Amino acid sequence: MPIALGKLSPPSDDKRWKIVGATMRRHGFSRNALIETLHTVQQSFGFLDRPSLQYVAQSLRVPLSKAFGVATFYHYFSLKPPGQHTCVVCLGTACYIKGAPQLLGEVEQSLGIAPGETTPDGRVSVLTARCVGSCSLAPVALFDGEVAARLSAKDMQGRLHKWVSA
Amino acid sequence: MTPEQLSQIGADEAAARASAPQRLYVCMAAGCISSSSDAVKKSLEAAVAERGLKGTCPVTGVGCMGLCSRGPLVSAEPAGILYQDVSPGDAGEIVQSLSGEPVARLQCSRDLPFFKRQVGVVLENSGRIDPERLEDYVAAQGYEGLVQALTEMSPAEVIEQVSRSGLRGRGGAGYPTGLKWSTVAKAQAATKYVVCNADEGDPGAFMDRSVLESDPQRVLEGMIIAGYAVGASRGYIYVRAEYPLAITRLNVAIRQAKHHGLLGTQIANTEFAFDIELRLGAGAFVCGEETALIASIEGGRGTPRPRPPYPAQAGLYGAPTLINNVETFANIPAIIRKGGDWYAAMGTARSKGTKVFALTGKINCTGLIEVPMGMSLREIIFEVGGGVPEGRKFKAVQTGGPSGGCIPEQFLDMPVDYDSLAQAGSIMGSGGMIVMDDSSCMVDVAKYFMEFCMSESCGKCIPCRAGTAQMYDLLAKISEGRAGMGDLEMLENLCDMVKNTSLCGLGQSAPNPVLSTLRYFRDEYLAHIQEKRCPAGVCAIKQEANA
Repeated sequence: MPIALGKLSPPSDDKRWKIVGATMRRHGFSRNALIETLHTVQQSFGFLDRPSLQYVAQSLRVPLSKAFGVATFYHYFSLKPPGQHTCVVCLGTACYIKGAPQLLGEVEQSLGIAPGETTPDGRVSVLTARCVGSCSLAPVALFDGEVAARLSAKDMQGRLHKWVSA
Repeated sequence: MTPEQLSQIGADEAAARASAPQRLYVCMAAGCISSSSDAVKKSLEAAVAERGLKGTCPVTGVGCMGLCSRGPLVSAEPAGILYQDVSPGDAGEIVQSLSGEPVARLQCSRDLPFFKRQVGVVLENSGRIDPERLEDYVAAQGYEGLVQALTEMSPAEVIEQVSRSGLRGRGGAGYPTGLKWSTVAKAQAATKYVVCNADEGDPGAFMDRSVLESDPQRVLEGMIIAGYAVGASRGYIYVRAEYPLAITRLNVAIRQAKHHGLLGTQIANTEFAFDIELRLGAGAFVCGEETALIASIEGGRGTPRPRPPYPAQAGLYGAPTLINNVETFANIPAIIRKGGDWYAAMGTARSKGTKVFALTGKINCTGLIEVPMGMSLREIIFEVGGGVPEGRKFKAVQTGGPSGGCIPEQFLDMPVDYDSLAQAGSIMGSGGMIVMDDSSCMVDVAKYFMEFCMSESCGKCIPCRAGTAQMYDLLAKISEGRAGMGDLEMLENLCDMVKNTSLCGLGQSAPNPVLSTLRYFRDEYLAHIQEKRCPAGVCAIKQEANA
């Protein structure tokens, strides 16, 4: 049965779905807008869960398998809710040869979690990036989106400690 | 907008500048912002207002000034005095000095080879204009090339100039740009597309990010000229989601260009219509490959497909598509304005013009440079880049990212161009140059890149999907001192197999970092295998393995 475009109701009455709806409308509910729409969902909600993927897939008339395929193919999309704070350690070449492995070691030691994981209390998520393009300030990490330059393991420890004890 | 209106904007802008005899420029590209240049800008504005100089000395946020390692950077114009490592507390002193002597303790000499040896084409406006104002770009001869192309040249004449310039694709492969353009122009189709590849995925490279953040209008102008030349009326910029500032500035630039009638219908009062839309990447390295990039713009997984047909015949939505990299498009306005012969006069016989490089790693002056093709690696690293810090010894320079290789000391006098780098077992790539000193282990570096290729392999073809994983395991074994000579032999066989049988450039070039380190640093591999020892002391070789 054909579905009337834009008539599907979103998974909840959360106002943020209006932003998602606007993105789809701007692209005329085209199938090609799948990635753009998923970007908006992640920007609005922080991650992509099953109901949101189902809603987007149905609205754009793409198979759910394709939506899942795209969501899991690209590193930028996350299917898990992020922690309260996020630390992204850059693993670009310049950062790598200037000490990024030591920074990651410090993260594991301080928080007891590996990249891609969130602390059990939901406070801090740790991710790695391929390269954030701040190579001249290597090694860098992003703390809640802000670049911290020329980090030492000690700096890392201090910053994480602030989040954990706050 | 008409050509007359365009020159009016330029004239108004020049008049506005004349009424403000002094200007302070603050670098507001991502590098300096990370060192709080936004706070520096605020306090400079406050200091200027405090002294009642608001009208005569505007504070302007500009794009990248290049020497990122010394940021935040501020320059006092028109004298051109450059200040480094500026903190918000220095604002008063800098503003005070405008009427007297420069602040010596903050001054960074413009006579450094870092600045003297550079030639600005792509970066000619970088650090000199406000990237969020179209008027600034127009005042710097922006859109003159476009107007000239639309009003005085036929599409064929535009392509002729690009061909004469000898420009080759700056994304890394070095395909002649003029040839690509003429292939798309010749394709018979009602709809054609122009795509700008801004999915700068090479770790250690940030040239495209910097161009987009510093001079976004320039990229738009290059794309519009390309659209006119090949007969396309729609363009897409595929930009990494990891570059939020570049995305913001591109959106501002597109909006302003539309507002001024430089995008849309009847551009520069002609019949030509062209529009540009952004598409965000989502963190997949393989999307730098053109067919994968197309799949991603179409909303799917970024997996490549076999070529032919090439995108020039059947690309985005099946239509003939011209795909060029950011830096390639950024060269176009100057080539049209000054002529292909002007551009071809720079560089070497087979690599013309200039190239932007990101100098990073163990080097004193890290940052962004633009030099003529053919400058030697020694000049780039030891003169422009100021050499290796802390008195350590240069070991290798890595170019071309995960598709490139490590070039050792014996090639330092080699001219940097597409062909020489390929001969040395690396590639030009997009322009990242990561300098390594004797504290880096080449086995570890090869392992690092293989891990990268293994996780970034899209999984479509088996040689790449399984081959990179096998090679990674072997490299891990070597670095941990668990490998025998048989493993080394198998690694070499796998390199050959993956290189020759993978579907796309990612797999075909994935063995390059291994091959180049094996070629020049075989002794390091042998030390790990035969003596169970890492000469640089990087790899953790387990004691039990030693026994």
